[in-house]
Amino acid sequence: MSTFTWTRRKRALGRFWEDFRKQRGGLAGLVILVVAVTLAVVAPLFIDQGVTSVVENTGPRWSPPSLDYPFGTDESGRSILLMVWWGSRTSLLIGFLAALLTVGIGTVLGIAAGHFRGWIGAVIMRVTDWFLVLPSLVTALVLAAILGGSTFTIIMAIGVTSWPSTARLIRAQTLAVEARPYIERSKALGGGHWHITTRHVLPNVAPLLLASTTLQVASAIVTESTLAFLGVTANKTSWGTMLRGSYDWNAASYGAWWYILIPGLCILAVVMAFTLCGRALETVLNPRLRKAGA
Amino acid sequence: MTETQAPAEEVTTARRTLLEARDLHVEFASRGRRARAVDGVNLAVGEGEIVALVGESGCGKTTLARTLLGLEKPTSGTVRYGGEPLRYASRALKDYRRQVQLVLQDPMGSLNPRQTVYEAVAEGPRIHGLPDEADVVNNALARAGLRPPERFLLRYPHELSGGQRQRVVIAGALALDPKVLIADEPVASLDASVRGEILALMLRLRDELGLSALVVTHDLGLAWNIADRVAVMYLGRIVESGPVEQVLTAPRHPYTQALLSVLPESPERVVLTGEPPDPTRIPGGCRFHARCQVLASGKAAEAGVDARCRGELLEILPASAGAQAACYYADATG
Amino acid sequence: MSLLELDDVSVTYRIAEGEVPAVRGVSLTLGSGAALGVAGESGSGKSTLAMALLRLLPRDARVTGRILLDGEDVLTMKWGRLRAVRWAQASIVFQGAQHGLNPVHRIGDQIAEPLLVHNLAKPGEAGKRVAELLEQVGLPAWRARSYPHELSGGQRQRVMIAMALACSPRLIIADEPTTALDVMVQAQVLTLIKELVAEHDISLVMISHDLSVLADVCDRLAVMYAGRVVEQGPSREVFHDPRHPYSQALAAAFPTVGDPASRLAPKGLGGDPPDPMDLPTGCSFHPRCPVALEECPTLDVELWPAGDRRAAACVHVRDHGRDRVQEKA
Ligand SMILES: Nc1ncnc2c1ncn2[C@@H]1O[C@H](COP(=O)(O)OP(=O)(O)OP(=O)(O)O)[C@@H](O)[C@H]1O
Ligand SMILES: Nc1ncnc2c1ncn2[C@@H]1O[C@H](COP(=O)(O)OP(=O)(O)OP(=O)(O)O)[C@@H](O)[C@H]1O
Ligand code: SF4
Ligand code: SF4
Ligand SMILES: [Mg+2]
Ligand SMILES: [Mg+2]
Repeated sequence: MSTFTWTRRKRALGRFWEDFRKQRGGLAGLVILVVAVTLAVVAPLFIDQGVTSVVENTGPRWSPPSLDYPFGTDESGRSILLMVWWGSRTSLLIGFLAALLTVGIGTVLGIAAGHFRGWIGAVIMRVTDWFLVLPSLVTALVLAAILGGSTFTIIMAIGVTSWPSTARLIRAQTLAVEARPYIERSKALGGGHWHITTRHVLPNVAPLLLASTTLQVASAIVTESTLAFLGVTANKTSWGTMLRGSYDWNAASYGAWWYILIPGLCILAVVMAFTLCGRALETVLNPRLRKAGA
Repeated sequence: MTETQAPAEEVTTARRTLLEARDLHVEFASRGRRARAVDGVNLAVGEGEIVALVGESGCGKTTLARTLLGLEKPTSGTVRYGGEPLRYASRALKDYRRQVQLVLQDPMGSLNPRQTVYEAVAEGPRIHGLPDEADVVNNALARAGLRPPERFLLRYPHELSGGQRQRVVIAGALALDPKVLIADEPVASLDASVRGEILALMLRLRDELGLSALVVTHDLGLAWNIADRVAVMYLGRIVESGPVEQVLTAPRHPYTQALLSVLPESPERVVLTGEPPDPTRIPGGCRFHARCQVLASGKAAEAGVDARCRGELLEILPASAGAQAACYYADATG
Repeated sequence: MSLLELDDVSVTYRIAEGEVPAVRGVSLTLGSGAALGVAGESGSGKSTLAMALLRLLPRDARVTGRILLDGEDVLTMKWGRLRAVRWAQASIVFQGAQHGLNPVHRIGDQIAEPLLVHNLAKPGEAGKRVAELLEQVGLPAWRARSYPHELSGGQRQRVMIAMALACSPRLIIADEPTTALDVMVQAQVLTLIKELVAEHDISLVMISHDLSVLADVCDRLAVMYAGRVVEQGPSREVFHDPRHPYSQALAAAFPTVGDPASRLAPKGLGGDPPDPMDLPTGCSFHPRCPVALEECPTLDVELWPAGDRRAAACVHVRDHGRDRVQEKA
């Protein structure tokens, strides 16, 4: 029987892939993502932390792109190419983990708010709305400043401030699912809160979560860069800290456009790629959601 | 009140009462007013008995059914099962729901589109931690007439016909070996040809497993097809009840008479006019008086009960097995 | 001349998985002022047929045959002419349409819309006509200012009928107008439809899966199975003495209250509805037919005469149809 289930799953996945393939933007985004993530993962095989060290790098300073330094060098003679490559690890890691945290908090609170219709739901929604109107960047800045700079705090700062929109989305979907008669049937069979939320609500919001996580990664990367630019960093090289460096060292007045442009382009490309993927996922999964809900 | 068919009476009272509603009231807040959806209901379902609850849309049938299952808490009154009042602690409710099961009107909506037939039927056994889940599921499917069960286990709801879906829902209920089945419009959304099959299935389950059932419907033909007893509900209250043969062939309450008269083959029609009844504004006197054809035609006045029809509250019918009607005119004319 | 004449109409949907022959060679006629009922289970092609009458089918549906409305072929009609015919000559009450009323517009405005679109009333006068129409369907004129959610299911269904009546059509096609309504409201709507047909000389095509409802309103009945008409004739006769085994099952499905034969004995039809993409050979009903013969899976069925103005597509009717009529005479 389980092999049968497997073939079914595989077929469903196949159908999903067929649909996704038709989304050109999504496909382009996916290619960029796969390349970016693979590069970030395999980076330690080729380079190490050293590429970001001021001491170890003795190349020419402010060198424009050349054969030796395809993306030029910075104020200390470090290769921008290698820095961007190494920095992608921090940027992507923070992006992914912060997005997971965001979606995690948002899902739990969203489902709880939708499932417990009484005062619990009301309180959660109050809190959500309160967080929603807080200027999240400022809050993140303050939080990160208080907690001190580390990868962990940056992730926390982003996660804690950006979950409310996910929570609202999930709550709306939860309400829609809970109105279906099969929830009533499940209650009549004796199912409790845990059973209903994990067996019925969660599987039905899962596709939504996938799309929303993808979009959240993009926004987390942007937030990380912004935080870094504003001076709150994990003390590791990331695209955001590079931008900050270019600003600190007045790259513009040296005419070192590559120092500014390359990390900027990296952020743009990856964020675009995530957004394209997320949107494509939404269009592919949403008609199904609607069909399943109707 | 005189009983015309004593034997039928004896048969029905011989049954031990299993599920009972005592003076049940359920109210909702509706746009700033109180909607008395169920407004004083006494109803009993005996062991191995099929009771049909009929009435027009909005009269409170579904609310009563949900309250009997503990899905809605009564404002006052009690639900009793096996002589004990129902307790609403979650443990007690969970145990109760192994005994009493629900089948909903819409077989498409009552199955999770992401679950296979197996998962849907196994849901109850999993919740209650029953052993031998696979066997239980196979048995339940077979009893619900889905044979051989293996053919259906891995299908999704959208791959089933309407009748098959309803059978899956019934199988899901049977998997818990319940004593009572509460079915809310079990065939209303099914095809004419499938309808008979599902009803036959319910009759067979009663004969084979001794299952009791409360079938909620607005279809009198359905009551005639499968029920032992019928209760007619109007605006939150039962206005007539008794053995099916008696109530449906010799109805005494004017509302039941009207319901029967609009069936396609009946000779003389009494199509009730007036706005549909509104549970936020239940009229005084007899709650049916604004639409009552007997009162309107002056027959009630002839019998001298018209003043009571308009002004005097009727007593709530007890949960008796015999034929009874809550109507001054019926009482006065015997 | 008959108002509506269908000649060998077939409709095939082309979908990704292949072709769905939803309607297969249906021929029917409807006189002026007459009422025709179309019965059959879900998926038998009733709605498809109804929509084909006014060419309302989606693009992926291929329609063949001839559909003559007042002698004009709907299928070859120019687009502009077709627009005029819809509403003004024939209008349709869609299945489940009472849920299709626009929730944010007052029902009066929704009824007036076709009038204004077809220039049948000036904006100033539309209100009067709307009031008239509402009264015709038994709703007070002030209801024009209500929103759909303020009406009950039966009242909404009346609004749909008022909309269909707006342009004084000669033909109304009503797809399951009373399904999902309770008995009392159903009786109200059916009474209304009957009155309209009788008093305003409107022809009616009514679709339902409940034979008793159709027998009540219509003069003639056609029973469809798997896209084909398997029996047709005067409605009383088809209902009370169905000749095709499928019609028999349909007729038995709704019992007569008080009939001892059906007491505690619900009757149904075993087996599953046919898959339109994989129809059984021969008589499509044979896998479910209780009286199937050996030849049925290979039989070329057609509508054989089963009496006066009656026909049924069953081998038993072919062999004995006339005998039974003579027996009775
Ligand atoms: N949760 C609720 N809140 C407010 N009013 C409610 C609620 N549930 C039901 N009602 C009202 O109670 C009345 C009875 O509703 P109920 O669903 O029990 O009727 P019913 O007899 O099952 O009708 P139908 O045949 O249409 O299903 C209706 O007027 C309805 O509007
Ligand atoms: N747009 C479409 N594309 C493809 N197939 C369709 C489409 N519409 C209907 N069908 C198929 O055509 C067949 C006839 O459908 P139709 O809606 O006419 O049935 P019906 O008799 O009206 O059923 P019901 O009683 O459920 O309304 C069905 O098998 C249906 O799945
Ligand atoms: S008590 Fe009076 S108003 Fe009520 S049903 Fe009987 S006759 Fe009609
Ligand atoms: S032709 Fe054969 S299979 Fe078809 S309905 Fe008649 S007896 Fe049954
Ligand atoms: Mg109901
Ligand atoms: Mg249809």
